Amino acid sequence: MGQAAAFWIMAVVIVGAALAVVFLRNVFRAALLLILCFIGVAGIYITLSADFLAAVQILVYVGAISVLIILAVMMTRGGMQTGNPSNKLRIPAVIVGAALLGILIYAVTTSTWSISMQEPLTDTTAPLATQLFSENGYILPVLIGATLLLAAILGAIVITRENPGNKENKK
Amino acid sequence: MIGLTHYLVLSAVLFCIGLYGALTRRNAVIILMCIELMLNAVNITLVAFSSYIVPQLLTGQVFAIFVMVVAAAEVAVGLAIILAIFRHYKDIDIDNINLLKW
Repeated sequence: MGQAAAFWIMAVVIVGAALAVVFLRNVFRAALLLILCFIGVAGIYITLSADFLAAVQILVYVGAISVLIILAVMMTRGGMQTGNPSNKLRIPAVIVGAALLGILIYAVTTSTWSISMQEPLTDTTAPLATQLFSENGYILPVLIGATLLLAAILGAIVITRENPGNKENKK
Repeated sequence: MIGLTHYLVLSAVLFCIGLYGALTRRNAVIILMCIELMLNAVNITLVAFSSYIVPQLLTGQVFAIFVMVVAAAEVAVGLAIILAIFRHYKDIDIDNINLLKW
């Protein structure tokens, strides 16, 4: 009963916040509502008894990615005076989105899932660590992910750096 | 009683909202936010499958962690590109940044 109430509250919060992100005219408020949407997704993870993933969601999305996005919103202020307009693709996008939603809901509701009768693990941190770091687990993808993060950090620094050639030209 | 179908439908709704936003908005930062919404929808699907189909194995949660890693890398590089474009053009309207449009 409690799980059902939590799910419906989180679902309403997530969908409302996502619609606000898409349709609000103020970009900064859209970023704040995106954070609310991330918090709702963390709550959904808790109802699915994925406690470690909920903590990671709060840390990574609510803590780090939202700060990056708000920083970008503030640094690009003045780039768009007219707020958050939509382009000429509005009607095709509505058709594509509605069609995809209909197909997905049809596929989800008509297929039969092999639901397991076992209880889900309630303390997932130690089993996740075993899965990720054990000998026959996902240790190679973890290393590749670390390399990808390092490359992304270096790439972000290189891309955003002021071009020294331009500075000399200005002088 | 909340079942697997509820979570999958919620994820589909979130994904389609994000898709509509990514297709129609003209502000580059908003497009990046909509891509984050779509990635979160995929994560909900993975965790729901993991919790209902293989509750003792956690495979979906491991995949969700990898999706988060790639999303963090993607948003860092994407925002860096947007800042570089803004510094060059003084504009982040996607309709005006058509240097690569054929």
